[in-house]
Amino acid sequence: MDSTKLLELKKTAVNVRKWALTAVYKAQSGHPGGSLSLADIITYLYFAEMKVDPKNPADPMRDRFVLSKGHCSPAYYAALGLKGYFDVKGIETFRQIDSIFQGHPDMKGVPGVDMSTGSLGMGISAACGMALAGRDKYRVYTVLGDGECQEGSVWEAAMLAAHYKLDNLVAMIDFNGLQIGGNITDVMNPTPFDKKFEAFGWHTIVIDGHDFEQIEAALNEARTVKGQPTAIICKTAKGKGVSYMENNYKWHGNAPKTEQYELAMNELNAWEVSLNG
Amino acid sequence: MAEKIATRESYGGGLVELGAKYPEIVVLDADLAESTKTVYFKKAYPDRFFDCGIAEQNMVAVAAGLATCGKIPFCSSFAMFASGRAFDQVRNGVAYPKLNVKICATHAGITVGEDGATHQCLEDMGIMRTIPNMVVLNPGDDVEAKAALRAAAEHKGPVYMRFGRAPVPVLFDANTFKFEIGKGQILAEGSDVTIVATGILLEAALAAKELLANEGICAEVIDICTIKPIDRDLLLASAAKTGAVVTAEEHNIIGGLGSAVAEVLCEGLPVPMRRVGVEDQFGRSGKVPALLEFYGLTAENIVRKAKEAIAMKK
Repeated sequence: MDSTKLLELKKTAVNVRKWALTAVYKAQSGHPGGSLSLADIITYLYFAEMKVDPKNPADPMRDRFVLSKGHCSPAYYAALGLKGYFDVKGIETFRQIDSIFQGHPDMKGVPGVDMSTGSLGMGISAACGMALAGRDKYRVYTVLGDGECQEGSVWEAAMLAAHYKLDNLVAMIDFNGLQIGGNITDVMNPTPFDKKFEAFGWHTIVIDGHDFEQIEAALNEARTVKGQPTAIICKTAKGKGVSYMENNYKWHGNAPKTEQYELAMNELNAWEVSLNG
Repeated sequence: MAEKIATRESYGGGLVELGAKYPEIVVLDADLAESTKTVYFKKAYPDRFFDCGIAEQNMVAVAAGLATCGKIPFCSSFAMFASGRAFDQVRNGVAYPKLNVKICATHAGITVGEDGATHQCLEDMGIMRTIPNMVVLNPGDDVEAKAALRAAAEHKGPVYMRFGRAPVPVLFDANTFKFEIGKGQILAEGSDVTIVATGILLEAALAAKELLANEGICAEVIDICTIKPIDRDLLLASAAKTGAVVTAEEHNIIGGLGSAVAEVLCEGLPVPMRRVGVEDQFGRSGKVPALLEFYGLTAENIVRKAKEAIAMKK
């Protein structure tokens, strides 16, 4: 990856984090931890990977994205806004009574959202449907939470995707290791993800989900895989980029208070400045 | 004796006809194609048929994904699993985003027969009726089932359709039958009591009319195939005319046709009312006629309830 592209992606991802946190802060409600772990993945998908056009969000030939972990809508909305589907400032109305930005993504309200999600374990199934409909026409991407993989229907979908050889489907697991109740391995161990998906007939790749070059390499590799869907296990840190949120499950679904928000924004601004340095 | 055809046969045959007219139609099943009769579509259009295995939740959400890409998915399982196992996917994956998915549930009600309670869904109309954006259709014979199926294909949005396992008499004439979602129809005019029936109880309702006539009671018989949106105007007009109403359905008396009619009457024109249906019980194994008798889904029970409702008139 050339250095200009890498720098742009890093800057965009910091902005995704800032807008996601701002949305949660303004709403005093939402899911900051998983939004921050998702930020680099969603940034790469929308700014470097997917064939999409914010001016033509209903293009039937576009690539599709399903946020199976729908509660991380703040990062999703931030990426869509920064991509140009709508004015990103709009997400300051997140979770308010008159807002299109529902707590979980609503495809009827938000331009660019390909599937409504929120109830866990369902998005990957919908992505399978899209991939069935779009064989040889477009690619379909979905991001699941690691805790989400405790839902049995995820594995029903994993079976179907391999059975129908959906090689236009990529599932990315945001493996931050934490869920609302604590460590995923303490609550109900869903690991090892790579061996499970492999056993279900998927091509699997394990990467650092905050390293754009690794994300790029994995997605490029997925394009070369024929006759199998690809699962990319993205090792991430919940709360990535905000020191006091990192790897703390208490920030799964809590909004920062004013002082905490200001501290977080200071850290993210400093990160952005350091990128330019 | 009229010809008998199970409405699941009507569904399977009707799907093949629709498949020719709508290239966007795809069919999904959960390992029950031989039973739901989607096997006919599978044979006619193998590239447009997807067996999802015994995984109904995934099947419904896969259908939702297909619908976002312009397909018209019909997905089938037994009513128990389509409305029960996959409820979350139907509600959040299909109905909330108002996707063009048709949930076609066969083996509804106690006439599943020998398989017994675990497979006899008596709650599905109630469950599906409470979901916003959902249309609920419960056809009563071959002609109505095929007409409702065509209407469901034309309707843009989620539809739950209910079909039966057991052969039932063909009541309508395909050449003259008219069907519109949301419209009930008067099968027989009457003045003393209204029998509102749905699905396979239509036959018993018409028989009950004859039995009542023998006693000098003139019953009106209304066929309600569209459980939601229910034909409020027709129900209120008939209630105004007769002043007493009995409902009849192969479903729990809680949540289905009886509840829907009660909602309309309570708010629009309260009149004495009785419900014939399974009285908040689970099903059991048995032959179909024995089961209908056991649970009171008979013309005789409709007659009894009709007289009770009439006796309550002021």
